[in-house]
Amino acid sequence: MPSFTPEETQAILLSLQVAGVATLAMLPFGVALAWMLARRDFWGKTLLNGLVHLPLVLPPVVTGYLLLVGFGRRGFAGAFFEQCCGLVFSFRWTGAALAAAVMGLPLMVRAIRLTIEAIDSRLESAAATLGANPFRIFFTVTLPLAAPGLIAGSILAFAKALGEFGATITFVSSIPGETQTIALAIYGLTQVPGGEEALWRLAAVSIVISLAALAASEVMARRLSQRVAGFA
Amino acid sequence: MIEAAIRLTRTGFGLDVSFTAGAGVTALFGPSGSGKTTILNAIAGLEHPGQGRVAVEGTVYFDSQKRIDVPPHRRNIGYVFQDALLFPHLSVAQNLRYGLRGDGTSFDGTVALLGLEHLLERRPAKLSGGERQRVAIGRALLSEPRLLLMDEPLASLDIERKHDILPYVERLRDRFGIPILYVSHAVDEVARLADRVIVIEGGRISAMGPPETALAPHLHGDETRFDRVSVLTGHAGSYDEAYGLTPLIHEAGRITIAGKLEENRKTRIVIRARDVTLATTAPRNLSVRTALTGKITAIERDEEPAAIVAVALAGGQELAAAATRKAIDEMKLAVGDQVWCLIKAVSIDARWLTSG
Repeated sequence: MPSFTPEETQAILLSLQVAGVATLAMLPFGVALAWMLARRDFWGKTLLNGLVHLPLVLPPVVTGYLLLVGFGRRGFAGAFFEQCCGLVFSFRWTGAALAAAVMGLPLMVRAIRLTIEAIDSRLESAAATLGANPFRIFFTVTLPLAAPGLIAGSILAFAKALGEFGATITFVSSIPGETQTIALAIYGLTQVPGGEEALWRLAAVSIVISLAALAASEVMARRLSQRVAGFA
Repeated sequence: MIEAAIRLTRTGFGLDVSFTAGAGVTALFGPSGSGKTTILNAIAGLEHPGQGRVAVEGTVYFDSQKRIDVPPHRRNIGYVFQDALLFPHLSVAQNLRYGLRGDGTSFDGTVALLGLEHLLERRPAKLSGGERQRVAIGRALLSEPRLLLMDEPLASLDIERKHDILPYVERLRDRFGIPILYVSHAVDEVARLADRVIVIEGGRISAMGPPETALAPHLHGDETRFDRVSVLTGHAGSYDEAYGLTPLIHEAGRITIAGKLEENRKTRIVIRARDVTLATTAPRNLSVRTALTGKITAIERDEEPAAIVAVALAGGQELAAAATRKAIDEMKLAVGDQVWCLIKAVSIDARWLTSG
């Protein structure tokens, strides 16, 4: 068992916190966007789809800069959130979570959208003929049947959030104990002489966390899809 | 009463029908792709016709002129789909309760009616095709619909399972007062269940009426002569236990049925034109027991080797017989001639006639 310095422990816990909060916070948005893209036709659908996927193809530093402009204390959205709920993003761990969420959202939406599209939409029609309104159909038919996709999408987004670097460092910088996640700490260690040993410890930790997340998603997705298909 | 007028166009397909249907079973009968399912979907609100009107018992669900389009979940129309469409993640009991209306007192009765008691805890994946279809029927019934739509509920089942389900559908028809719109392309099924038949061909109504006339030989029809059928109605006589036969009493003669029928029960049979043999004298020394008398009303012939002879039986019902042109010429058959129509008892599948 390797022993970690307090700074390393802090970075590891912060990473888990940032990635966990980012994943949970984006889940409702991810599900809503995936459902809209899979099941609804509306004006501007292509545009919305493009916007969701933009962070996937944009240089992360650009995403980070846009977040800084929009969600910084003087940014339009930043000022709004500070006034309404005292929520500050810039140079806080919440900002790191926001950056991670924005970067992870396309992966999550993609995974959930694919499962929703794979659900026979006539099951939803059958529910409607039984008197279920769209709200009830969504929560009693669509969502339970999409559960494997929700799990897969969440794990993907969590893993992406753990490794997020470019947008985070641009938006909230690398402040130990506040915004310095494992990825940022590793980058910092590459910049100082004699940091190799600590670097390897942190690298090992990210490998272990990522593998565990992937394994967990495999197991859960398999169990869920069996239950959803009615075999368990 | 159901009023439906539906007009819509899709690429390569147009539908333009208008009909009313009352209590009992109204069958929408026709070949695959003729638009039957689209009609059901439009009535349920799952498809939106360009023009038309749908009303059930005076409540308007759709009216293109008045811009009324009630969403499906507020129409209270039950729908039994061809492939059941049970919710795979829910148990049979949860499926049945999904649309439960009222105080739920109908639950146990419906479960018993459909023989589902031992299946309640199971998941749909572990049901047979026939069981799935029974659950689907129960699920629709428990939502206490004002109208029940059934889209080929037996089509995906093998012949034995069909005969398991048919009695349940008959019980629905006889015990609940719900009007049923029943889509099918199987003539035996329609003849057994339907009180009224609407024949749909190429998105249009080509015939309407009781099964005996709507399914009867329409000499203008374009189905192949090989598949031409007639529907006759009679009352079952007493069962001959020694031979296992029941006579069906008809004005034109006794029709021998291989099997047991409930005595005095009004029974419809489907007779394929290819199973009818014509004779110009009363037959003797033949193994066929059934000989119905009638007069030839029309002969449909062209370049094909086979022709169709339409016979008006004593009592008025019409029977189509297929024969070769050569036979017709050699027997010098002509419109107005008196003939005997011979039907082999074994050509009538009694399983379609008896109820549970």
